[in-house]
Amino acid sequence: MGAILRNPKFWLFAVCLLPLARLFVLGFTDELGANPIEFITHSTGTWTLVGLLATLSVTPLRRLTGRADLIRYRRMLGLFAFFYAMLHFMTYLWLDQFFDLAGIAKDIVKRPFITVGFAACALLIPLAATSTHAMMRRLGRRWQQLHRLVYLIASLGVIHYLWLVKKDLTQPLIFGTALILLLAMRLPWGQNALHAVRNRLVLAR
Amino acid sequence: MPLRPSCDILPSEITPPEIYRERRRFMLGMGVLAASATLGVAPDVQAGTRLAGVRSSAYTLGDEKTPYKAVTTYNNFYEFGTGKSDPADNAGSLITRPWTVTVEGEVGKPGVYDIDSLLKLAPLEERIYRMRCVEGWSMVIPWVGFPLSELIRRAAPTGKAKYVEFVSLNDPRQMPGQRSGVLDWPYVEGLRLDEAMHPLAILAVGLYGEVLPNQNGAPIRLVVPWKYGFKSAKSIVRIRFVEKQPLTAWMRAAPQEYGFYSNVNPQVDHPRWSQAKERRIGEFLKRDTLMFNGYGAQVAQLYRGMDLQRLF
Repeated sequence: MGAILRNPKFWLFAVCLLPLARLFVLGFTDELGANPIEFITHSTGTWTLVGLLATLSVTPLRRLTGRADLIRYRRMLGLFAFFYAMLHFMTYLWLDQFFDLAGIAKDIVKRPFITVGFAACALLIPLAATSTHAMMRRLGRRWQQLHRLVYLIASLGVIHYLWLVKKDLTQPLIFGTALILLLAMRLPWGQNALHAVRNRLVLAR
Repeated sequence: MPLRPSCDILPSEITPPEIYRERRRFMLGMGVLAASATLGVAPDVQAGTRLAGVRSSAYTLGDEKTPYKAVTTYNNFYEFGTGKSDPADNAGSLITRPWTVTVEGEVGKPGVYDIDSLLKLAPLEERIYRMRCVEGWSMVIPWVGFPLSELIRRAAPTGKAKYVEFVSLNDPRQMPGQRSGVLDWPYVEGLRLDEAMHPLAILAVGLYGEVLPNQNGAPIRLVVPWKYGFKSAKSIVRIRFVEKQPLTAWMRAAPQEYGFYSNVNPQVDHPRWSQAKERRIGEFLKRDTLMFNGYGAQVAQLYRGMDLQRLF
């Protein structure tokens, strides 16, 4: 037991479950507001985006801190993004549309925000399926190529949010700005900038 | 509410609404007494105060009414923020007394009406209406108000008056949402004169038999039940009779998404989402949206010969 409690992965796992726990607590205390289905849809969608951005933060953080072992937490973050994406999709499928498959098919074709959201959700499936060590070994270099899809998925996720809000773009733009920053840190000049910041930090110490 | 699981609270332990509302009223009363002592405000105008002499009307529905709590905590009122709970959280800063509504433009008898005179302009009646938001949810709300036509008749519109424009309060000190440019303030809405004269169109001053809470558009708002909710302008300070079709706040913000008429119409989708169905607040399964929100028998003749796909 003590060993588990000393494992940072255990704590990360617990933290990642907090958004779901919150929904349960709010649900049991009747605090989900007048439109609980909308609340759950927005909440699971928001946490999917947070999960994706957290996953994308691992590499820049490694470069910034020089702590290579941070990579050990990336899979869990990615899988939690997938977990909340599936909850988000299930909320839409079950609570919102109540398995009205014809209506859902029409939505996916006709509503651009649902088209991109659905595409992002579907693209996450092969990434989750190939997240194990065995699959990494089996796919070799192609594993990394495949997992670069996450850049596209996160972008589609932000577009999905941008296109669905009625007027107030503040929240989706916050996610969009964070995503652009995280992607820019992967470009050559972004990496140089990270490197420069790191040197400063090291010197300051 | 299917999402509310069974829990250990016995029905007998739940405070009945009459009692907790009474407590709130008492607390409010204390606050109002304190405020009126310093400001000299009449203490009988706060939300939760019962409106006297409200008549029932023929305009009622068999549908179950949406609970008071949902009607007063789940609102779109961008003047107080764009979140659904923002109006209930922030509308306390709105000062509804003194309040005047200016009636002007193409009328024989322009004038400035004090809110207290508007309350006595015509007998107050309860109107239980469906309310369909353009976002795809709906409620059933027992409004208290009087026909808009009563005010229009007194204003005596001239032959040039073809449209009526409604302007909401513009005061960022009272309305924190106006400090952001999410819409061009003030909020402007409009109706064709014949729509405004329709007996279903009312000016509401109350809800559930009580003074209208600030977050629901106090002290006076429009209610046009066959149109999407945003047409029913809140906290109105100006009613102007004009010759040309007014440019409404939402038409200005997104002309390709919001038309002047904005009649509830399940066959005309919002460009980004379907309008065929709606979620009645408190219900699990979506229900079909009705043409003109179910008021077709009364209002369809207003739009005879019009292409509602184009004039949405």
